[in-house]
Amino acid sequence: MAEKLIIEAGRTERHYWADIWRYRELFYFLSWRDILVRYKQTAIGIAWSVLRPLLTMLVFTIVFGKLAKLPSGGAPYPILVYAAMLPWQFFANSLSESSNSLITNANMLSKVYFPRIVVPASAVIVSLVDFFISFAILVVLMIWYRYLPDWRIVTLPLFTLMAFFASFGAGLWLAALNVKYRDFRYIVPFIVQFGLYISPVGFSSSVVPEKWRMLYSFNPMVGVIDGFRWAILGEKSGIYLPGFWLSCAVTLLVCILGVRYFRTTERKLADII
Amino acid sequence: MSDTVIKVENLSKMYLLSHQQQERYGSFRDLLANKTKNLFHSGRKVLSSPFALQHPPVELPPQEEFWALKDVSFEIKQGDRVGIIGRNGAGKSTLLKILSRITEPTSGRIEINGRVASLLEVGTGFHPELTGRENIFLNGAILGMGRNEIKRKFDEIVDFAEVERFLDTPVKRYSSGMYVRLAFAVAAHLEPEILVVDEVLAVGDAQFQKKCIGKMEDVSTKEGRTVFFVSHNMGSIRQLCHSGILLDHGKIVCIGSASSVISVYEKSWTGVNRGVWINEELITKGVRIEQIKISGMDGDSRSHFLNSDTVKITFWIKAIEATTNVKIGFDLIKEGTIAFRTEQVDTLKKKDFVKDEECILSCQIPQWFLNSGEYYLRPLISVHCVESLTRQDAPVLSFTVSVDPQRSEFHSVINDTNHPGALFPMLDWKGE
Repeated sequence: MAEKLIIEAGRTERHYWADIWRYRELFYFLSWRDILVRYKQTAIGIAWSVLRPLLTMLVFTIVFGKLAKLPSGGAPYPILVYAAMLPWQFFANSLSESSNSLITNANMLSKVYFPRIVVPASAVIVSLVDFFISFAILVVLMIWYRYLPDWRIVTLPLFTLMAFFASFGAGLWLAALNVKYRDFRYIVPFIVQFGLYISPVGFSSSVVPEKWRMLYSFNPMVGVIDGFRWAILGEKSGIYLPGFWLSCAVTLLVCILGVRYFRTTERKLADII
Repeated sequence: MSDTVIKVENLSKMYLLSHQQQERYGSFRDLLANKTKNLFHSGRKVLSSPFALQHPPVELPPQEEFWALKDVSFEIKQGDRVGIIGRNGAGKSTLLKILSRITEPTSGRIEINGRVASLLEVGTGFHPELTGRENIFLNGAILGMGRNEIKRKFDEIVDFAEVERFLDTPVKRYSSGMYVRLAFAVAAHLEPEILVVDEVLAVGDAQFQKKCIGKMEDVSTKEGRTVFFVSHNMGSIRQLCHSGILLDHGKIVCIGSASSVISVYEKSWTGVNRGVWINEELITKGVRIEQIKISGMDGDSRSHFLNSDTVKITFWIKAIEATTNVKIGFDLIKEGTIAFRTEQVDTLKKKDFVKDEECILSCQIPQWFLNSGEYYLRPLISVHCVESLTRQDAPVLSFTVSVDPQRSEFHSVINDTNHPGALFPMLDWKGE
């Protein structure tokens, strides 16, 4: 008949992953809600998710490409910027959305049980949807510049996955920290703003001096963005392999630590939120 | 079908109360400050604020343990409807939160057989921007229903909530009544083996409350579900639950039938006896009332009646010395005014007692006579035209009456706290 549930201090652990599967519908509905709600009562609606990266791309192209005259390695500068813009916007959005997600849903968390990981995860999914919409612009840009990508484009999903894990891991971590220390409400926008300049979004990472590139790659988004450029622009953007693997390792580490930290905080969540 | 579905053993939940003026969630600043302080701690006194001089430091531990629940154990059988009662802060909500896995116990163990759905608040997760239709799906998912399950019950839910016309309106434009109805409707159509409900019936109008209680009764009797119900409304607990648990300061005071637990609770609350009053005052002369009992026609003491019940009041009287012309009776008081006074001399002769004589007198308040509300009974005993033999100026017993909605079409819809008057006699109306 019905399954047996045992509640004991420190015991929630065991059902956890099975529960996530059981609550997959909730996961779906939460993402669906956030997507639905996102542009309600806005005049231009979904166009915002197109407009924002487009405008940023324009500014970056003008500032870094035209004014600073940074090298693009032969690729059209707008495409170079946009190829980086895509994963970066995804990362930035999911980071700020997921870090606030637990607090904005506090009411729900203190009234109903479900695996709490669903909440920040669905925030990341919402950003992923935005990501796909903005992707359409890349296609338009490529047609505009008559730019044909080579076979490498098929590896793009892999880098998207990497971006996903980086945002998910960091998002979980920040979400949990934010519940405990509300200071992170102010730290996260700062990370996002700062990160835009320390990640190679407006410029190619080849601009960074060779001896610093390893250190530079500690930023997981460096690997992701380089990967995106590599997949879209081909060999014109030289990928720095050791740095890329380092970024991968950092991403993985962030993800594991993020999940771990989230899991320990989760148990006390309803009491401290 | 009476196997145990919930078994709770020595359940405890502790919260740490912090005595520093600090918010519950820490601030990073404090953390850093404390860490640095520890780092540089050299036994010297840290700069103290001017206030410290006026208020010498009280030796409070920085954190104090607070046991919201302490060693609570009980068992619940399948199909039971259990009311959990207690004052604010008795631990009711903590218990429900642990049962529904929102928070972890500090120690102890619970075994649950079956799916638990908790309804600690109506409309959890409702999003004001979404339409009624969308919120049904969202809320259903939050409460643990699958998409197909919701689709299957969609019409039933809409029907129950009576919001067909507004299905595609954002719920932020709903009236609060509609909002609550919709929220409860979703929850009422859950199909868990165990339903945990907290105080949600405090909202909505009387008619809808009745509908909700009816629905929960259905759920439990027809489908064998177990219902956990917390409410401060003893009326709904009495109506819905057959057993009860009384909590106080995190501990179980008593477990038993709903009515007995309620009367223990109300006794502790009002200080006035429910059901039976035993006279502890010593009177050395005349006649004294030993005991008074309020009961139904079956003779079992009770403190809750419908206005369709006959209320029987029984006096045990003992003469300490021979006394003549004794009048015995009581005032029935509602909201501070005497609804009526009755004495045995109204229909019997005056009573003459010989020394040590004991007797029992009783009377009945007929059905369809009392209004809904709280009635207090003040006993009277006197020697006719000479002196009052009672020193009791205050009421000693109380009981509650609710309107039985069965009587007429009309009474099934009125809000039963609304009928004015100390009494509510049902007079025989005729069309002429």
